[in-house]
Amino acid sequence: MHRIACHECDLVHDIPPMPARATARCVRCNAVLFRAQANSIDRTLAWTFAGLVLYVVAVSFPFLAMKNGPIFNETGLLTGIQLLFEQGIIPLATLVFLTCVLIPLIQMLGLLYIFVPLKLNVRVQYAMPVFRLFKHVKPWSMMEIYMLGILVSIVKLGKMATIIPGLAVIAFGLLIFVLNFALASVDSHMVWERLEGGS
Amino acid sequence: MKPARTSALRLGLVSCSACHLLSRKPQALDHGITYCPRCGEELHQRKPNSIARTWALVIAAMVFYIPANVLPMTITSAVGTVSADTIMSGVIYFMQHGSWEIALVIFTASVFVPFLKFIILIYLLLAVQFKLVKQPKDLTRLYRFTEAIGRWSMLDIYVVTILVALVKLGFLADIEAGPAALYFALVVVTTMVAAESFDPRLIWDVVGEKHE
Ligand SMILES: [Zn+2]
Ligand SMILES: [Zn+2]
Repeated sequence: MHRIACHECDLVHDIPPMPARATARCVRCNAVLFRAQANSIDRTLAWTFAGLVLYVVAVSFPFLAMKNGPIFNETGLLTGIQLLFEQGIIPLATLVFLTCVLIPLIQMLGLLYIFVPLKLNVRVQYAMPVFRLFKHVKPWSMMEIYMLGILVSIVKLGKMATIIPGLAVIAFGLLIFVLNFALASVDSHMVWERLEGGS
Repeated sequence: MKPARTSALRLGLVSCSACHLLSRKPQALDHGITYCPRCGEELHQRKPNSIARTWALVIAAMVFYIPANVLPMTITSAVGTVSADTIMSGVIYFMQHGSWEIALVIFTASVFVPFLKFIILIYLLLAVQFKLVKQPKDLTRLYRFTEAIGRWSMLDIYVVTILVALVKLGFLADIEAGPAALYFALVVVTTMVAAESFDPRLIWDVVGEKHE
């Protein structure tokens, strides 16, 4: 049994040990109190490693290309951000860079920093602050919206030229799902208990 | 699951916002900052200055919303002609060119979602301030809804970034981000932070007080 207060309505619950994959919900406001996960550590690590591979492909390979007669213009994920920087629109460039490039990377590296030591049963410094940071950045990871932006841009430019999606777009699209699977495999309650472990 | 049927506040407990550890409220909490005994996060029984901060951010976002819609979002120069497009003229362009689905997507994400967020957040703030909570469950649902939809307003910012990258020098046309893009980014960020500063537990506090 452990006591937990609902983070959305503050009602106190006493929760018995739960079977894997069970979800505890608040009896008053129906908020998810927590989800118990089976093999949380292995699954999170597997998805995170897959995500990192896709990330490297998404950043380094051609993203979109535009073809109009003899003119062929190839861009990478970072091209637009770089051009916004050059145009002097730095806050905007920073925002796009953070939400679509840096924060997804921080999420994956954060997961590795927490879950590799848990898997190996060793302790690392700053694990708790890292896991706290990991939880705080989550709403600011917006790759799926960028993907919709690509779709809109293709329709917008479709009459002017041919848009050719590159390998990186496919990797980027897959990364959205893989990162979501990684995040969904995280059993926060278990992580906090293990990080606290013994002390 | 046997609920205690009381709020942590009334039991003199405080729940950590990061690790959800429930601990006895330290004496020092009323006078200064105290930290979670497990993870080190700052402890608060309710988000600090929730109502005032949310109001300030909502009002700021509403102010940014005006230039975001009035000023040009993109400036396109093609063979000697320069045209500036606002969000609405972009929507109208798509409607006239038969892509009404895209027009609808952009209109929803850029114009309607921020507007809806203003209305819902102001409604929640007034309900809590004037203690007019009849259906706390519905209000909580509304709050979750605003939290979930806000991020989609980033769409047009991304479209501008992608267009700038694809259509650049050497091409027939050149697209640059207009001043509205910056205001638009400010609208998205301030409304997201506003939703985050609002504490949904305040809704339930109103109901709890009434039953006393
Ligand atoms: Zn609840
Ligand atoms: Zn904590």
